[in-house]
Amino acid sequence: MIESNYVSELTFAGVDSKAGFEKAKQSGSKGIIDEITASGLRGCGGAGFPTGLKLTFMTKEQADPKYVICNADEGEPGTFKDREILTNHPEVVFTGMAIAGNAISAQKGIFYIRAEYEYMKKHLEEAIAKCKEFTGFDIEIRSGAGAYVCGEETALIESLEGKRGEPRNRPPFPIQNGYLGKPSEVNNVETFAWMTTIMTKGAKWFKDAGTEQSPGYKIFSISGDCNRPGVYEFPMGTTINEMLKAVDGMGAKAVQMGGASGQTVPASQFDRKIAFEDAPPGGSIMVFGPKRNMLDVAENFLEFFVEESCGQCTPCRKGNVQLLEAVRKMKAGKCCGADCECLDKLYSLAETMRLASKCGLGQTSSNAFVAITEHFADEIKCGGKK
Amino acid sequence: MADIKLTIDKQEISVPEGTTILKAAEKLGIKIPTLCYHEDLCISGSCRMCVVEIEGMRTLQASCAYPVAAGMVVHTNTTKVRNARTNILQLMLSEHYGDCYTCKKNMNCELQTLAGQYGIDVFKFGRPEKKVEKCTCGCDEHSEDNRHFGDCDAPIQFDRDKCILCERCVRSCTQFQDIGVLGKEGRSNETKITSFDDLPFDEVNCINCGQCANRCPTGALTERDDTDAVWKAIEDPKKHVVIQTAPAPRAGIGECFGLEPGNPLTFQMNTAIRNMGFDKVFDTNFTADLTIIEEGTELIIRLYKALVEKDATAKLPQFTSCSPGWIKYIEHFYPDMLDHLSSAKSPQQMFGAVIKTYYAKKFDIDPANIVSVALMPCTAKKFECDRPEMRDSGFKDVDYGLTTRELAKMIKEQGMDLPKLPKSDFDDPFGSATGSGVIFAATGGVMEAAIRTVYELVTGDKIESLFDKANIIAVRGFEGVKYAELPITKVGPVPEIVAHLVPNWDWLKGATLKVAIAHGTANAKKILEDIKAGGKFSECHFIEFMACPGGCLGGGGQPIPTSPEIRRKRAKAIYDEDMAYNVRKSHENPAVLELYTKFLTEGPCGHKSHELLHTSYTPRGKYIK
Repeated sequence: MIESNYVSELTFAGVDSKAGFEKAKQSGSKGIIDEITASGLRGCGGAGFPTGLKLTFMTKEQADPKYVICNADEGEPGTFKDREILTNHPEVVFTGMAIAGNAISAQKGIFYIRAEYEYMKKHLEEAIAKCKEFTGFDIEIRSGAGAYVCGEETALIESLEGKRGEPRNRPPFPIQNGYLGKPSEVNNVETFAWMTTIMTKGAKWFKDAGTEQSPGYKIFSISGDCNRPGVYEFPMGTTINEMLKAVDGMGAKAVQMGGASGQTVPASQFDRKIAFEDAPPGGSIMVFGPKRNMLDVAENFLEFFVEESCGQCTPCRKGNVQLLEAVRKMKAGKCCGADCECLDKLYSLAETMRLASKCGLGQTSSNAFVAITEHFADEIKCGGKK
Repeated sequence: MADIKLTIDKQEISVPEGTTILKAAEKLGIKIPTLCYHEDLCISGSCRMCVVEIEGMRTLQASCAYPVAAGMVVHTNTTKVRNARTNILQLMLSEHYGDCYTCKKNMNCELQTLAGQYGIDVFKFGRPEKKVEKCTCGCDEHSEDNRHFGDCDAPIQFDRDKCILCERCVRSCTQFQDIGVLGKEGRSNETKITSFDDLPFDEVNCINCGQCANRCPTGALTERDDTDAVWKAIEDPKKHVVIQTAPAPRAGIGECFGLEPGNPLTFQMNTAIRNMGFDKVFDTNFTADLTIIEEGTELIIRLYKALVEKDATAKLPQFTSCSPGWIKYIEHFYPDMLDHLSSAKSPQQMFGAVIKTYYAKKFDIDPANIVSVALMPCTAKKFECDRPEMRDSGFKDVDYGLTTRELAKMIKEQGMDLPKLPKSDFDDPFGSATGSGVIFAATGGVMEAAIRTVYELVTGDKIESLFDKANIIAVRGFEGVKYAELPITKVGPVPEIVAHLVPNWDWLKGATLKVAIAHGTANAKKILEDIKAGGKFSECHFIEFMACPGGCLGGGGQPIPTSPEIRRKRAKAIYDEDMAYNVRKSHENPAVLELYTKFLTEGPCGHKSHELLHTSYTPRGKYIK
């Protein structure tokens, strides 16, 4: 029996945003940054950059205006935790943006939402208005046009500026040269929500959970071959086995951590911890049951990347096409197998994509291909040479 | 700015903050391979050929875009880097239709060169099939081997199958020239370089400047090849084929024969052209001098009308009209300012009109049998000579415009090594030219030539009394926008050549002539916007505009590659050549003076001049119906 749309109890439900903001306001810029830094909060968009450090960098930028930008371009396949947060706890997010604005002396917030979530616009505008009553912080909603790559912060900024959504060269980073050339603090929806939560409950409460390098809690969208897919909150450091138990997905042969661009973890490694230092969390977990054909999974992911590469840099534009063609050959039994030269050639290509692509998209899009062909080599239909 | 110390390939170096790794490595003599990078353009960082390894970093970084940091340790050539570059090259080859033998850019292709350097011996990731793009002009010729984007006759040709999406063309068009005809459409594997709505180049506001083609690393963007038609004319015994050669190509053509930029081959080129079978070779400088007389006279008339007669129809500042890219630019983007343009034709078109009238009559040749060819540094000249209004001789005034690259190709086809040829002079009756005509090739050159002439005509003094050796340094150089003032402290008697126009010069006494110069349309735009806003340039009397960076010497038809350094060297060659002339002022050109006594007897801007040497313009606007 599959229980759909399950949502575990989220800490955000019990957060008094107004109280959190008032506490932040009293603490002042330094107080906020000290509290966030002490909590050890790391960016929830996937890369896990220490949030306190980013805020500190922002305070050092002498420019006016500065922008607080919330990245709600939740486009990673299998990821829908931000949707849940925005549907039920939007004020925690917008208050977090106001807190960040206070910490870095920014007067304006921009909420960049993926085109597919536009149905929420009215609901979000109401929440923004409600928060503004006590924060006084101005937030504008801006919508993307459907490109996955605009979840990459510099492509997001290009899109905000009305340009083609393509990643920029880094450095300079958005904190130096962001929206309209001004310093911009870009964070994920959940990161802002945790900022409000931490200001309410204190850094210690957050720091006490999780692991040394990955403190606190994390929200996950979990889908795939399990009986209780939905949105879950786990403390960091939870093992994959524990997670599978919670979602009733025992017997899985692999899980995909952090969406299509994340890591494929085979069953033999299910004792790994969900933490930045082990199995990086991202925002989603996909469960692949015993009957799942892993090459189908690789093909599906690569089709996605071939569709969503921005086309700017050579390794990503052409590399994903090569990998997709290869997977299709493997499925059709036209590849000569796991230990042949063509796989060496493809691994070398995957390495080039990982090392030389311009942004995170191309740098990660070959991950699943490599992991699946390594861990599930027996699923490659051999063309004969083997 | 402070200097930053770093290590590249075990060598220590100190460079100013903000320097890229690519530039720092260059200082050490390490050449990192690049493709999308171009000296003239903003950084793209998209091709990824220039990746290097930086110690402590997870991924490789594009050295063209990555600024140095203190203590950074960079490796430019490790197995990791080499593998990445080889794979990237292979990926480019998987999307590039690389039929090198049949490619116009064979032997001058950066992708080909890199493939050679990296020892590419197999197509690891395959190679594309020949795609057939249907020719929008509806012809059958251009279907298989010669695929076109847009009109077959458009001066700029685009073969998308050879495009590797380095975006140099987009940056040339959009950022460098500030025009914005080229852009990208689609994404991922479907990304393509395109015009608005994929319309042919002649249906969008392309000015044909060819700066895109001049920077394209492959054979995707090239100029229309008119060499076959010219060969055919040469071989036709009934045809009398003449060529005029502009000053910029002679300063650049040596580069097509392995010479360093800045080695002019003017007189060797004359020999080559004769060997090829042209009947006459003329110097466009003749009509450059003629342009100065006509345009200078027009300026005097305008000034007189505006300042003395208070005639509101006489629009100041007067804009130069020699650059066909600039003409099409203003027709598209500032159609309401066409009144400012001098009505004088460009030197190319003046020559065309004179050849099929004066020259034909003088030598008793039926103008219908004259084929008039123009060697130009320019792709827009192809469009210019095709303009319907350019038929004042009763025939197409100029039949073919060849670029420097096309002539170089013809010379090679003829089996000649240009630098080794003996020298020979231009043909009469247009043989004699002046240094003023030569400097038309560089930005500021038209202005300098005009000042030399106008100042002497008005004051009766020698220009050398004001500028040492007649070199007007203030209007030279590659600064985007230049401005200069010339006080007229005394006036002389009105010389005979303009005596029919003004009673005296008294009205100019004590005046200050204000002039400005812009090269590249991005700079032109700055001046035009300033004039619109009533800024300082609206008070100018005369402004020189050239569509291309550096002026004609940086034209879209010049040898590839181009860079600020190459253009500087070409400019030096131009100014050196000016110094070598005995006559360096247009109004002292004896052949020009003879034309006025024997043919254009009503003098500059007279009836016949207007008929043959002047033109009108078409307000085109930004939207093409």
